[in-house]
Amino acid sequence: MDILGYGAFFLTTALIFSFITLGLNLQWGLTGLFNVGLAGFVAIGAYTSALLTTPDAAGRFGGFDLPIAVGWLGGMIVAGLAAAIIGVATLRLKSDYLAITTFGVAVVVQLVALNAQSLTGGPFGIGFIPRPFASLAETPLLFNFANLGVVAIVMLVVYLALEHLSHSPWGRVLKALREDERAAVSLGKSARFYRVQAFAVGGAIMGLAGALQAHFVGFIAPDNYVPILTFQVWVMLIVGGSGSNKGAVVGSILVWAIWAGSGALTSALFSPEQQARAASLQIVAIGVMLCVILLVRPGGLFGDMPRRRRAAAQQPSLAADESGVS
Amino acid sequence: MNLQFIVDGLLTGSMIGLGAIGVTLTYSILRFSNFAHGDFMAWGTYATLAVVSAIGAIFGKVAPIGPLSFGWPLIVAVIIAMGFTGLLALALDKVLFSRLRSKGQSIIVVMASFGASMALRSLLEFLFTSRPTYFSRAIQIAMPVGFGIRITPDQIVLLIVTALLVLGVHLLITKTQTGRSMQALSQNPALARVVGIDVAKVVRVTWLIGGGLACVAGVMIGILVQIRPLMGFDMLLPMFAAAILGGIGSVPGAVLGGLIIGLAEAGAVQLIGAEWRAAVSFIILMAVLFIRPIGLFGVKER
Repeated sequence: MDILGYGAFFLTTALIFSFITLGLNLQWGLTGLFNVGLAGFVAIGAYTSALLTTPDAAGRFGGFDLPIAVGWLGGMIVAGLAAAIIGVATLRLKSDYLAITTFGVAVVVQLVALNAQSLTGGPFGIGFIPRPFASLAETPLLFNFANLGVVAIVMLVVYLALEHLSHSPWGRVLKALREDERAAVSLGKSARFYRVQAFAVGGAIMGLAGALQAHFVGFIAPDNYVPILTFQVWVMLIVGGSGSNKGAVVGSILVWAIWAGSGALTSALFSPEQQARAASLQIVAIGVMLCVILLVRPGGLFGDMPRRRRAAAQQPSLAADESGVS
Repeated sequence: MNLQFIVDGLLTGSMIGLGAIGVTLTYSILRFSNFAHGDFMAWGTYATLAVVSAIGAIFGKVAPIGPLSFGWPLIVAVIIAMGFTGLLALALDKVLFSRLRSKGQSIIVVMASFGASMALRSLLEFLFTSRPTYFSRAIQIAMPVGFGIRITPDQIVLLIVTALLVLGVHLLITKTQTGRSMQALSQNPALARVVGIDVAKVVRVTWLIGGGLACVAGVMIGILVQIRPLMGFDMLLPMFAAAILGGIGSVPGAVLGGLIIGLAEAGAVQLIGAEWRAAVSFIILMAVLFIRPIGLFGVKER
């Protein structure tokens, strides 16, 4: 019974990761927008939803005691708006600027979460976030399965919507922009407008993931949204294969299984004093894994990225040249 | 307002500026923003620390030079560690970046640098734990120099070192043949290749300069603040902001950008409080991207 309960808990967490990965897949896999600050958007969603749904708290802004679904929606909207603003600022520039700016977003969100005590509760975070089916909490098995059910249903809705989007005319424009911007623009598509939309929708899905997780755990703190989260999600997408929604979900579950499994292994193998060091070794291993996959199999498991062959061929690369000259 | 923020700002600005030179050179010559650059800083600093303690083990305790907090071992160690950091950058380029560059997708390289940054940083945490350490625990007396400003001997020396290094790199890039090749490659890669510029050599020199300067910037942080595995990663946003503010590819721009951000941070610490200092670079970055994306001394992207 315990194993079943843990299974449901594990799967719920993995599915919540899948939301973030799906959002990233829309931004990166489909549109080619590089987001290294996704932890920031997840945090925005989580904090918004927490502020909307918690009971009124002394010494902190809000606590509006609204229904959980309103919190989810609010988290999506605010995170999506934040992504739209960032998109408007940077998407007319080179892609690296977007990367740097999103990185900055994550830093600033972390800073606000830590320091704006009256808004975010500071380093201690926000507790008493209402959980769906809280009345079932006495029987953990039922509680876990009920939550898994809710997350799975929301996942199904988001997944089908994204699948529909990526095959719709809208999704085809995004792919066209990714593959050959000049051709797409010459057909009268505003590259920047479509990209801002994709970036905002992706950000909204990340916000939803943050909100779902906040309500699943019932407690959030700035520590949940550190760069390691961004890194995990990137590995999930790359392993699954960027460009594929199926890959995003499978990659998330697979990488989360590896992560949780190796975490359990280190805590079983190492003494408590050594565990912090062992945990950092775990991150090294995953970082190396990311680099190896990028080198060996950039398409991941289900990737569809016949990206910019022609553009690459037109601009003979630096490295090809280096070997020739030296 | 206390004028002390000028000295603090110039010092922070020197650290940011030295790091930003590496960022701006990698960006303009290798065409990607290197998220692992901050971790070169941390690795250089820990390498320096390792050499200093090795020297300490061989020669015993060495007295510091005059009023400074460090003696000759640190100077020797920095020079060795600069080489080490440059080689580390070269090695990472060899096994990772150059292979991905050859596939022609610059943004994949950025992602790889993000993964490499995580791995490098966590490896430091594994080797040295995340507990902060120091080159010296001695406390220096700050001398008053008028207008309510106080400065320690270490700080004076480090400001002079920064100025000399920046001057050196500037001369290297504007006056030597290698430097002119670097400029050529950053301005027009295709034409540079046509006239027979040794691309591999330029790439090597870029990494060596970037790595070496990152090491010095890290050691400055180590002397004036503390040594932690995260020290470089925390500098990443200010360094990127400085490089973009100064204009990508411009060495004087990167340094000036660094100084502006350093001064703004120090001013913000006085006005709104130290906990918000990291937001300063982001605000400056956003302002530059909205108003003048090519930066102060930038040229239009080709």
